[in-house]
Amino acid sequence: MTVTYEEALTRYEPVFGLETHVELGTRTKMFCGCVTTFGGEPNSQVCPVCLGLPGSLPVVNRMAIEYAIKIGLALNCSIASWCRFARKNYFYPDMPKDFQISQYDEPLCFEGYLDVSVGGEVVRVGIERVHLEEDTGKSLHVGGATGRIHGAEYSLVDYNRAGIPLVEIVTKPVPGTGADAPEVARAYVTELRDVLRSLGVSDVRMEEGSMRCDVNTSLSVAGSGVWGTRTETKNVNSLRSVERAVRSEIARQAFVLDNGLRVRQETRHFHEESGETTSGRSKEEAQDYRYFPEPDLVPVAPPAEWVEAVRATLPELPSARRARLLGAWSLAEGEYDSLRNAGALDVVERTVAAGSSPADARKWWMGELARRANDSGAEVASLPITPADVARVSALVSAGTLNDRLAREVLDAVLAGEGSPDEVVAKHGLAVVSDDSALLAAIDEAIAANPDVAGKVRGGKAAASGVIVGAVMKATRGKADAARVRDLVLERLTA
Amino acid sequence: MHELVKKTAVELAAAVSAGEVSAEEVTRAHLDRVAAVDGQVKAFLHVAADDALAQARAVDAKRARGGELGPLAGVPVAVKDLFATVGMPTTCGSKILAGWVPPYESTVTARLRAAGAVLLGKTNMDEFAMGSSTENSGFGPSRNPWDLAKVPGGSSGGSAAAVAAFEAPLSLGTDTGGSIRQPAAVCGIVGTKPTYGGSSRYGVVAFASSLDTPGPLARTVLDAALLHQVMSGHDPMDATSIDAPVPPVVEAARHADVSGMTIGVVSEFSGEGYQPGVMSRFAEAVEVLQSLGAKVVEVSCPHFKYALPAYYLIAPSEVSSNLARFDGMRYGLRTGSGSAEEVMAATRAEGFGPEVKRRIMLGTYALSSGYYDAYYGKAQQVRTLIIRDFEAAFGQVDVLISPPTPTTAFDIGERADDPMAMYLADLCTIPSNLAGNAALSVPVGLAPENGLPVGLQVMAPPLADDRMYRVAAAVEAAFDSRRGHPLLDEAKGLEA
Amino acid sequence: MPITRDDVAHLARLSRLALGDEELDHLAPQLNQIISAVAQVQEVAAEGIPPTSHATGLANVYRDDEPRPCLTSQEALAGAPAVEMQRFKVPRILVEEG
Repeated sequence: MTVTYEEALTRYEPVFGLETHVELGTRTKMFCGCVTTFGGEPNSQVCPVCLGLPGSLPVVNRMAIEYAIKIGLALNCSIASWCRFARKNYFYPDMPKDFQISQYDEPLCFEGYLDVSVGGEVVRVGIERVHLEEDTGKSLHVGGATGRIHGAEYSLVDYNRAGIPLVEIVTKPVPGTGADAPEVARAYVTELRDVLRSLGVSDVRMEEGSMRCDVNTSLSVAGSGVWGTRTETKNVNSLRSVERAVRSEIARQAFVLDNGLRVRQETRHFHEESGETTSGRSKEEAQDYRYFPEPDLVPVAPPAEWVEAVRATLPELPSARRARLLGAWSLAEGEYDSLRNAGALDVVERTVAAGSSPADARKWWMGELARRANDSGAEVASLPITPADVARVSALVSAGTLNDRLAREVLDAVLAGEGSPDEVVAKHGLAVVSDDSALLAAIDEAIAANPDVAGKVRGGKAAASGVIVGAVMKATRGKADAARVRDLVLERLTA
Repeated sequence: MHELVKKTAVELAAAVSAGEVSAEEVTRAHLDRVAAVDGQVKAFLHVAADDALAQARAVDAKRARGGELGPLAGVPVAVKDLFATVGMPTTCGSKILAGWVPPYESTVTARLRAAGAVLLGKTNMDEFAMGSSTENSGFGPSRNPWDLAKVPGGSSGGSAAAVAAFEAPLSLGTDTGGSIRQPAAVCGIVGTKPTYGGSSRYGVVAFASSLDTPGPLARTVLDAALLHQVMSGHDPMDATSIDAPVPPVVEAARHADVSGMTIGVVSEFSGEGYQPGVMSRFAEAVEVLQSLGAKVVEVSCPHFKYALPAYYLIAPSEVSSNLARFDGMRYGLRTGSGSAEEVMAATRAEGFGPEVKRRIMLGTYALSSGYYDAYYGKAQQVRTLIIRDFEAAFGQVDVLISPPTPTTAFDIGERADDPMAMYLADLCTIPSNLAGNAALSVPVGLAPENGLPVGLQVMAPPLADDRMYRVAAAVEAAFDSRRGHPLLDEAKGLEA
Repeated sequence: MPITRDDVAHLARLSRLALGDEELDHLAPQLNQIISAVAQVQEVAAEGIPPTSHATGLANVYRDDEPRPCLTSQEALAGAPAVEMQRFKVPRILVEEG
């Protein structure tokens, strides 16, 4: 017996909230000079500080503060003029000091919002706080079922990740989105990811865990205005999972409530395979974290000039860019989304800036180049060709110097490192043969070689001219403009 | 006793630099002294004989090459066993860390090595610096060189005993609630708690982070100042380290002049619980200061009586968090079986002694949700009030004085299972830890009733550490000349 | 309000200390004595007094985002009670991460 999602929404109004952890892309860790490179040998990127050795002391990475301020400003937050780090105390083997340096009631950034658009409508998601903390080590669970913590015989801990700076971005509860709740949650995370990427503060890769979401969900009886007990779903590590987790929690909680039971305040775990959540530790017997101000660190009190200097470095944010480009390029929402999803916005924009029309720039990057990127498993933006090169190829096509087939050859040669489009054209003599007299000689030859076809064309079957055009193209090794050849052939045979 | 071990650090450094004696000879003389008396004193947990001789030979080799020697060239230093030292174990007096050898060096010991000091070994202490007698050491108590049946004070009791027993001219300690000044007082030597942030905590195993202050112990005021100067100064590895020049403490210690100074007597630190001999020596010190031209006035610091309770909320709270990492997962003792949780709990139950457990639980309680505001929060407000008391007092006087501790050294075992009685030993020293200002203890004689040493505490405003050295040097000179010899010549505990 | 033996047992669990009955019996009265002594701070009139968590008054102490040498994995693991696959080997973990 279950309740379908649609049924649930007839009786309940969902409220959700998100806590997103993002690893910052600083060169070194939050409180020590260890490098943060992904994928190092186990326990090779550690020092006394991030290993929590007795006597070691943390010192705050200035860049991490700056990145967090940047994020706060991009999310329209106020920046605290004075705040402190706090210790969150709990015992856990992957936490070297058995406390986490975090922020408690004095977050660095607070009271902001992020606008997200879903189906053409804008929903404003309130941001409660953005704070800094340190990441934990990573455990490998040995024995038992496939690396799961449950049933494992023992665990192996690598502390390379311990101490990497994390920002935690906490939304306010988002009510009133009804059936769109899962989609709005997903759109929020997508928009947040894009904002963070545009700020250059993180590589925001959910698959690699550099961006991780916890989703809070509760239901209120429709029309009651009273919010229900919320659950916190952890381990939601893809955009799709965010949507599925909210959806499945809504259905599950509706089932619980329909049966006259009470939703327990608890942590739940999302399972990628089933799309469902299962119960974790109950929050009612939750640990007492005994927060108190971190005595090894002094307060963070960013002067207004620093905050303003950071504000001045903010790039155009994704929502503003979207509005601008939709207009400037006359795009449909879906077209814009596919450019963004392919990570091609920057290169297309730079190609346009280099003189190409928006339509042509999109055509080349999303067509030929996307295909090549796809073949090599790379991001289109990382192909070894510049937007200026693409703009030049596009210009050569518009000018009739290249046809589409030649243009593809030029692109391949540029990608192969043979030089700029002009250099490639010159080197391989790839320009279209535009001298009619040279073409006419080839056409006459082709007509002579295909008397039957020539007869049909003269008899009014213009479509038959393709054979002769093909022969001319073959003779000129593709350098002729096929349309022009066809015109000349018809002129020759029917005039 | 070899004549070299009776020399001061200043004399030894000068002799080594001048080539009158080799660092190796100095080190050997002290190692011999350790071998002769430490069986009784038990000041050391680890004597690094070979390592020390190698360090000494390196100093001699540098001199032979014509290299410039540091201010502590060839001077042996005993190091409290909570400074991380490469190549020497660091146990903090705890079984939970028995045998742990850190892969890194504390800033303070690194500075000492760079100054040419020879680290002799690691000294005994109350476990994780919690205690006033060294009886809380996981490895047995140290003894007071004045009377082996008495405690040497604590927590830096091993460091104080080593210096008083002429096993080393200098030692390093840490002072969180009086852990340098109280043992210095009851062992008849000089001990300083510098301004908080004046000496680096990097590599010093934390007891209570906002209070812990590394500092020097020595037999003379000038020696203490010399070690103070060398070990101090800004350290970028410690975010709470103050980026300012070290106050000119050596110069001040050479300037034994208090004429024209105004000295305040803290009126709250007298009366019930203060041993008569402690108070009579204190009165004598006041007289001496007046005779030297200082103006002595009484000053009230009304909130000092709340310092002890506030301290026993703040320090244990920080302890409960700082000592969480000793869980048997990454280093040190691991015992028990079953899950990680069970192994952690078994390891901590076996590895920690009773006082550490008491304070961890007290701190856990004080930080618990529901109690935080009433205990930890309130204690932090009291801290503000104590700072204001100091500020008001230093608005009127140059330094404050008081007894460093209400009694002379007590018997081993006397207060061992009475925590509250033990805590009273730090009654007069704790305010300066809460406020972060500088304070030291300098010997002023013996209590007539038992012939045990009594000290005088001198407190100065933050970063005015030099001021208290001037006072201490004057007091030392006056008493030495009155007596005709240094106080330690009268120590009878050791006949070796 | 005095703390009970059960409270003390709870504190021991929170503090990850596996204390035996005897130890709990011994500790409970001592902790009570200490707590009633430190509770004296509550009699201080402190309304409007800001708390001090640090006496130095320092703020904004940062390091630059410049890498420093790490320990080698051998150094990092040298003190470990158990090592496997260049990682710290720890007993099975029961509770989920907080």
